Amino acid sequence: MSVNILIPTALRGYVGGVSSVPVSADTAGAALDALTTAHPALATHLRTPEGKLRSFVNVYKGHEDIRHLQKEATPLSAGDTLTIVPSIAGGAR
Amino acid sequence: MGLRLEGSARADILAHAEAGYPHEVVGILAGSRAAGVVTRVAALVNERADSLANRYAVGPLALARAEAALEAEGLEIVGYYHSHPDHPSRYSDFDRDHALPNMSYLIVSVRAGRADTLQSWRLREDRSVMDEEPLSPGVPPCP
Repeated sequence: MSVNILIPTALRGYVGGVSSVPVSADTAGAALDALTTAHPALATHLRTPEGKLRSFVNVYKGHEDIRHLQKEATPLSAGDTLTIVPSIAGGAR
Repeated sequence: MGLRLEGSARADILAHAEAGYPHEVVGILAGSRAAGVVTRVAALVNERADSLANRYAVGPLALARAEAALEAEGLEIVGYYHSHPDHPSRYSDFDRDHALPNMSYLIVSVRAGRADTLQSWRLREDRSVMDEEPLSPGVPPCP
């Protein structure tokens, strides 16, 4: 089913500069996979080499963090919106 | 391309870093992405209460709200700044691991409470390193 993924500024360069990308998927994880299949250069910034979402990648279904739902298995319905929202972190040592 | 700090941006960053010492401070660099120009900075709250001296973190909702407020004024998010108390302005592996692509990461070293050096870094596409980008004005602050 068709869902929309909203892309943050830092990652728009990998999706042709647009702010949202429609994909066909029935879970959040499948939607992200569809996004990186269509835009492979994005993959290394979304996931670690082990396949986990990177620490600064937060994914919301509507207004809810999928970590608080069923994580990447969170089911999607037609017309849902997933939003990738970055957080920032760092430090000297 | 490089990063240029205009108006009070540089002074605001240094003042924030010194005021926050010995804790790390963090904020947003806003202006024009295409021009690599920062005309405004916005201080953020460091949420790493467990390790304020050597870590910073800002969660997605606080960051999104702050960025939306700047974008509502017609500014673009150019990158982020943070301080390294009593540590060089070079990025750490921890900084690199958590860096977003296509953003400038300005780091200010603060020694004994005084801002020392400033350097700006950008994540390389394969995430292996961060490359320093030219920064203007880039000289250390006057004593």
